[in-house]
Amino acid sequence: MTAPAKIVLSDVHKSFGKKVVLDGIDLSIQKGESVVVIGGSGTGKSVMLKSVLGILRPERGSIKVDGEEVIGMRSKDRDRMMLKFGMLFQGSALFDSLRVWENVAFGLIQGRGMNRIQAKDIAIEKLAAVGLAESAGDLFPAELSGGMQKRVALARAIATSPEIIFFDEPTTGLDPIMADVINDLIVKCTKELGATTLSITHDMASARKIADRIAMLYKGRLIWVGPAKDIDHSGNEFVDQFIHGRAEGPIKMELRA
Amino acid sequence: MDFLATIGRVFLAFLSHVGRLSAFTGTALSHVVRPPFYPRLTLRAMVEIGYYSLPVVGLTAVFTGMVLALQSYSGFSRFAAEGAVATVVVLSVTRELAPVLAGLMVAGRIGASMAAEIGTMRVTEQIDALTTLSTNPFKYLVAPRLLAGLLMVPCLVLVADIIGVFGGYIVGVYKLGFNPSSYLARTWEYLEPLDVISGLTKAAVFGFVISLMGCYNGYYSRGGAQGVGAATTNSVVSAAIMILIFNYVITALYFGK
Ligand SMILES: Nc1ncnc2c1ncn2[C@@H]1O[C@H](COP(=O)(O)OP(=O)(O)OP(=O)(O)O)[C@@H](O)[C@H]1O
Ligand SMILES: [Mg+2]
Repeated sequence: MTAPAKIVLSDVHKSFGKKVVLDGIDLSIQKGESVVVIGGSGTGKSVMLKSVLGILRPERGSIKVDGEEVIGMRSKDRDRMMLKFGMLFQGSALFDSLRVWENVAFGLIQGRGMNRIQAKDIAIEKLAAVGLAESAGDLFPAELSGGMQKRVALARAIATSPEIIFFDEPTTGLDPIMADVINDLIVKCTKELGATTLSITHDMASARKIADRIAMLYKGRLIWVGPAKDIDHSGNEFVDQFIHGRAEGPIKMELRA
Repeated sequence: MDFLATIGRVFLAFLSHVGRLSAFTGTALSHVVRPPFYPRLTLRAMVEIGYYSLPVVGLTAVFTGMVLALQSYSGFSRFAAEGAVATVVVLSVTRELAPVLAGLMVAGRIGASMAAEIGTMRVTEQIDALTTLSTNPFKYLVAPRLLAGLLMVPCLVLVADIIGVFGGYIVGVYKLGFNPSSYLARTWEYLEPLDVISGLTKAAVFGFVISLMGCYNGYYSRGGAQGVGAATTNSVVSAAIMILIFNYVITALYFGK
């Protein structure tokens, strides 16, 4: 027996009305592991992350974090559980009524009761780690560019040095150099700080760099899960088509000409 | 048959709304009384409701008092009861007009802005982000606003009482030619504590309802800008209707034989 997994999803189903989005997801993530989920737009990658976080409630299946079932958890227990988590939302989801540094320090101040002065120092340190100057800390999110907002959201996700971090498209909207800086930062979170990470990306270069394992989501199921180094010879035609970005192949885009 | 089905569907939708609102209210109240509290946010909401609504509520009150003096004078002169003007003004203002009109004005000002703010936070996933930062949105967003509404609208109404009576006094003395000291004496003569207390009770209930509808509609808004717009409208309309209904109920409880 290996050590019990940090996060275990078994047979997770989620639909919106008649639309089935997750149709039996099984995935377990070991402590300190970095898993990347790839898959077409609209296949349910974000829904999968939100299900683990308890933002969406799957109809069926089980999701365990450190052996604790999260589906149907009471809000008080969830608040406690969330102390382990950091989440980067695809749309950043920064609090627009708070300054940038207050956003980054939010989990420290509200979640852990740290005093503001100390929290501000940490926030500025985290902002520097994502390539933002101290002066950006006093701006409001609306005064930043999209890529800067993404980086602030990233800083917020890692500010409390959580055990588990979810990144929903961390490098989308960044220039290639900054994207690589962020990749390095994510690698650092797992390798140096020992965090367990689950990331979503469309950027194969980023996936190769940050992933220990890669999982591909297609039609509500994980059709391939394997070590990152095997991605080029997965023997799975869906995966091959996806990583090479070919319009021709088994994955048909639902276009109507 | 179709007709019956429609009625049934509307009725069920109504019941599910009532159920959801009751659950929302229960949860919100439980967070008002349980720590952690957010004094800074409560204070900010109190300033927003109490202080920044003063001009509009004051303006409403002064004109209401003035019109009331004119109308009751011209009406009461038909049966030679002009002497009752001061009494009519003070009773109408404290019991009915100050709470109801201030309530409606505050519903338009505060209910709408709460629904828009919380609704925007909902559709931009800021509320989801709060939960991932171990902060309960009911505690952080809803409870401070409910408390502020409950406490500040009575203060506003007390101010409106005074300004309304003052408006009546201005018209009574400078336009209708009442003797100032006898007008004031008439104002005090028949005023009982219960007149003011019943008005303040109404104000507290209205304040709670306004905040509740603003938060509730914002919290459950969905679907982008249009959804937030709908939530804003709903919060004002539903708060206004509930103010009118509760106004009757409370009046009946205090004064209905
Ligand atoms: N709150 C919701 N209500 C209804 N349908 C939803 C909701 N959230 C997601 N969906 C649907 O679920 C499907 C998956 O959405 P999701 O956001 O997980 O896609 P994704 O894989 O993250 O795509 P992308 O790579 O474009 O971000 C979409 O078809 C979407 O329409
Ligand atoms: Mg997504």
